[in-house]
Amino acid sequence: MPSFKEIALTTRQRLSGGHRMCAGCGATMLMRQVLHSLDPEDEVVVTAATGCMEVSTTIYPYTAWRCSYIHNAFENAGATCSGVETAYRALKKKGKMPHSFKFLAFGGDGGTYDIGLQSLSGAMERGHDMVYVCYDNEGYMNTGYQRSGSTPHGANTTTAPAGKVSYGKPQFNKDLTGILAAHRLPYVAQAIPAKPNDLLKKARTAFYTKGPCFINILSPCIPGWKISPNETVQTGLLAVDTCFWPLYEVVDGVWKLTFKPKEKKPVVDWLQGQGRFRHLFKPELRQDVIDEIQAEIDRRWHELLLKCGEGA
Amino acid sequence: MPEKKLALTGNQAAAYAMMQIDPDVVAAYPITPQTNLMQKFADFHADGDVSTELILVESEHSAMSACVGSEAAGARTMTATSANGLALMVEIVYIAASLRLPIVMPVVNRALSGPINIHCDHSDAMLCRDSGWIQLYCVNAQEAYENTIQAIRIAEHPDVLLPVMVNFDGFITSHGMENVLIHDDEKVKKFVGEYHPQYPLLDPALPLTIGPLDLHDYYFEHKRGQIDAMEAARKVILDVSGEFAKEFGTRNDGYFRAYKLEDAEMAIVVLNSTGGTVNIVVDRLREQGKKAGAINLRVFRPFPGEELAEALAHVKCVAMMDRAVSFGAMGGPIYNELRSALYEMDSRPAVISRMYGLGGRQIETSHIEEVFDDLFRLLGGGSVDEYGYLNVRQHEPATVKA
Repeated sequence: MPSFKEIALTTRQRLSGGHRMCAGCGATMLMRQVLHSLDPEDEVVVTAATGCMEVSTTIYPYTAWRCSYIHNAFENAGATCSGVETAYRALKKKGKMPHSFKFLAFGGDGGTYDIGLQSLSGAMERGHDMVYVCYDNEGYMNTGYQRSGSTPHGANTTTAPAGKVSYGKPQFNKDLTGILAAHRLPYVAQAIPAKPNDLLKKARTAFYTKGPCFINILSPCIPGWKISPNETVQTGLLAVDTCFWPLYEVVDGVWKLTFKPKEKKPVVDWLQGQGRFRHLFKPELRQDVIDEIQAEIDRRWHELLLKCGEGA
Repeated sequence: MPEKKLALTGNQAAAYAMMQIDPDVVAAYPITPQTNLMQKFADFHADGDVSTELILVESEHSAMSACVGSEAAGARTMTATSANGLALMVEIVYIAASLRLPIVMPVVNRALSGPINIHCDHSDAMLCRDSGWIQLYCVNAQEAYENTIQAIRIAEHPDVLLPVMVNFDGFITSHGMENVLIHDDEKVKKFVGEYHPQYPLLDPALPLTIGPLDLHDYYFEHKRGQIDAMEAARKVILDVSGEFAKEFGTRNDGYFRAYKLEDAEMAIVVLNSTGGTVNIVVDRLREQGKKAGAINLRVFRPFPGEELAEALAHVKCVAMMDRAVSFGAMGGPIYNELRSALYEMDSRPAVISRMYGLGGRQIETSHIEEVFDDLFRLLGGGSVDEYGYLNVRQHEPATVKA
């Protein structure tokens, strides 16, 4: 397989530049990588949930999409894509569709973990031949970082802010990838744009596996996480190295790590680089909260290793 | 299948229409009293009588969402629902109209919760009054069948490209069995024709962005487009009605059926199954020499205000019977529009509002006679309540302030 760089420079560009996403945004990086995994001769229809990617790439009368694209609403990318895919099969069956199409639906964590979970679950259960990608930036970033089901414990958000008696979000994040794996899909994975070759391979597997496939991709958010535009990759890599965001795939029910950090770093390394966790360090160190986060990460990592047959 | 008469419920009749239309995709979720419409269609599907791809979704919200995706992709797409199901999908109902997707949806009218109730009224359809969908109404199973077929032609007409709801009364029409004339299969298919979407998603030669963010600089123009399409639907509805009547030898109702209205001095305007009951009362009153008439409204969106005004110009007293409530308004939702339609007339009839049948409350000939009694009293110079409620306890009319 050619390197990501070669592919990025030579393949068909389906998402053009000139959109209005933030400089350094993880979501546009990962969306390009996902689309680059397609064979250039294959067509794709992209279905978007309402969110950053949607509003920033399609402000009428402009569009950054060079492939067909549909946005319906916030909570229904799964169902909408299932309609597009079914229409394709219906027209194919009747001999009215000479072209070959793939189907990609995407939403942020708001549109996927929370409001769109039912629609996604239904579409996956029905077995549509589609790929759903969640670009998980861990909050409602399009509207200024309100907390979501994906927001990590202790993060300072605008609806669960840190204050005199609050250290931020009191709950841990939902294990969405696990929920999708429990749907017994042919392919489920977690990825990160900071590891493009791994992501590319996973996206390609998802597109070219028949049936419903799901990839959850951690998408560092510049304004939400309060990091610099040049820190997207580094922050993402730390999420992987601290095992906050393990890279793995579940193929026909078989769990497998696709990357195992040589040395598991403490989560504090990931937390302290992000402004949304600053209140855990200043004005006073909240070691108790950091310890809780570390304990939960350790517990989940241990569970994952067992599922992947790695021992613990 | 050649033309034949079958004993069918309204739901089965609508399912027969869907079978003959043979849409590319149907996405639906069951809800009482729509359920056995979709069950009948599922039987057709299971027996290979249709080539449709069925999407059996997990909610009505997803039903309409999948319909939007499918229709945008370029497939002829249908669904059906009732009451709370329609309420759940209503966000996407509006989006379907704004994207100009000609989806056709039988709505088996049922009261909206709460309190929860499964029986007929028109609160579900009225919830979608301003959604941008064309709304047709059916007196009986025959009309449920024929309006469903006509709806495809109206929706897909290039001047229109709007979704259509075909409304008929839950249980009364949906579960009541009638003799229904099912038209010849081939003739129906020919009438409906092939679907040729103008801008499908599935065209590699013309990649499309559908549903972009549309702000203050263009949103209003797109709404104007919807307004114009709804206006254009007026002619198309009449043309399709005329063409259907010619092709199948049926009555050509157009916007409404005027029943014994030519020389009527008093009339009731009503929609759906109660239209049949009203017409029977009109017949009885005619036997007594009373000049009663009726209008069975077939089209509520677009509202045929001018035509109603013209048809009622010679009538002295009119009652609008609404089977839905608009809380705090001056009478029922259609009453308001009818009264507005009559406002410009030089000598306009007196109009009263009579609300009936909420949550499936029985509506019998005696109740309709009460309405005509009131109209008769008005005719004779007497006075009656402007706003009234039929067959309900606590009969005192509510005071309505302007």
